[in-house]
Amino acid sequence: MANTPAIELRNATKRFGALTALLDVSVVVQPGETVAMLGPNGAGKTTAVSLMLGMRTPTSGTARLFGGDPRIPSTRMRLGAMLQESGVPAMLTVHEIVELFGSLYSHPISAAAAIEAAQLGEKSTARVATLSGGQRQRLYFALAIVGDPDVLFLDEPTVALDVESRRAFWEQITLLTTRGKTVLLTTHYLEEADALANRIVVINSGVIVAQGTPAEIKSKVGGKHVRFMAGGLSREWLAALPGMQSVTHAGGQWLLYTLHPEDTLRAIFAKEVAISGLEVEGAGLEEAVLSLTSARSKAAA
Amino acid sequence: MTTTTATRFPLATLVRAEVVQRMRVPGFVISSIVFPTMFFALFGLPNLGRSANGVDFGAYMMASYGAYAVMSVALVSFGVSISTERGLGWNKLLRASPLDPVAYFTAKVLMAMVLGLVSLVVLFAFAAVAGHISLPLLFWLKISGLLLLGMVPFVALGLAIGYLSSPTAAAPIANLISLPLSFGSGLFVPLQFLPAPVQHVAPYLPSYHVAELGWTLLGAGDGLGYAKHLLWVAGYAVAFMALAVIAYRRDEGKTFG
Repeated sequence: MANTPAIELRNATKRFGALTALLDVSVVVQPGETVAMLGPNGAGKTTAVSLMLGMRTPTSGTARLFGGDPRIPSTRMRLGAMLQESGVPAMLTVHEIVELFGSLYSHPISAAAAIEAAQLGEKSTARVATLSGGQRQRLYFALAIVGDPDVLFLDEPTVALDVESRRAFWEQITLLTTRGKTVLLTTHYLEEADALANRIVVINSGVIVAQGTPAEIKSKVGGKHVRFMAGGLSREWLAALPGMQSVTHAGGQWLLYTLHPEDTLRAIFAKEVAISGLEVEGAGLEEAVLSLTSARSKAAA
Repeated sequence: MTTTTATRFPLATLVRAEVVQRMRVPGFVISSIVFPTMFFALFGLPNLGRSANGVDFGAYMMASYGAYAVMSVALVSFGVSISTERGLGWNKLLRASPLDPVAYFTAKVLMAMVLGLVSLVVLFAFAAVAGHISLPLLFWLKISGLLLLGMVPFVALGLAIGYLSSPTAAAPIANLISLPLSFGSGLFVPLQFLPAPVQHVAPYLPSYHVAELGWTLLGAGDGLGYAKHLLWVAGYAVAFMALAVIAYRRDEGKTFG
């Protein structure tokens, strides 16, 4: 028997009335791993996290945290979480609220240390009501780490942050993972999953559509749009290029969606046809995940 | 830097944080702590020395506003704070923490009791000083204890309001319940000065029986006695607690994400 997984979601299905938010989802995270759940809005990431945290009970399947039931409060001693749509009492100061939250855990770090780690030191005595959006996000990070948890859940942690703050936040997470913490984060930025995780689980419409290392996932969802005007190319030839997902031809313009844009361009240039108006553009995650989903259902058909 | 010392007493830390944040909201301090004393100053003080139900009118009104104070604190501070925290998402963070929900509710109830006591102490101190109401120490202890006991059903009702209503609706709903109950139970104007229909309905209201605990202590009760009044209070406590449990379960099942 291997180590007890830090997080274990087995064949979890969650229905809210007629809506199926999650269908037969299994995610196992070993201690020390950093796993990203990647998917567009409404994919079921937050629902999966709420089951792992014991905030909701799966309709079928099981959720375990270090082998224990996360619905039992004492099991949650070892976890810290940053959640979406969460808030803190506005009339307390940063230090008061972090100290209060730390007091709920058996072995917290000091409130001052948590605030310092969250780079919120200069706002320590400020009331929560006066904080900016980015400062609030740092406060939630301080709350997530003050209990010195072994596993951290970060649900869309950088959604409200600008690029610079996002990089700084990534450094904080990397610091925690190098100290052996287990991290599960959800995001809809492929870049973020790539920067932080050693494994990515892609989820869409409540089902897992792919999982693997960041390199594997990037090769599947990191597709680009390629647009250009050219004569002398056939639809069949383009569609047969490796990694080609879709080929459209309208008004003399080709619109390609390919997972290997460099290879595609190399092949086209090798044909030595005249090309004009070339544009290469990254595809949105929604689209990338949709192409994965359709590839998967084609494979199943 | 400071280190955390509260680790071994999460409940004490929670209660302190609850009380502190309530006391920093002027609206709360005014409605729950200033209003009962102010109403007493406006309507009780001018009638000092006159007799009502065979006792001093001032002392009678002090007991009335004491009942109003505990009800107002339970519905407004306790009920509205729960609704606000649901709106904030604070309870969501707490639900992911190792905090036992029982400890969360215990802290909330203790907060309500502490603030209820603060409201009573302010009212009684004002009545004793400005109204020259002189009563034995044991009386003050007894009336405080009785009224805090009478607070229990309203704490349960506050909980139900907190889980049933949206953060913006909670305060108006709390007032829409507490003001008619206060008036209909004779807390603002003694019952004998109110129309007959009100007098007939009053003995079925929870706030009436809470006020009766104080009036009985003064010797101005309706003669039913402590036991029967407390039975009424307990009955309402059970009914409101059942409502609160239904409201809590309904909220827990709500969807998100």
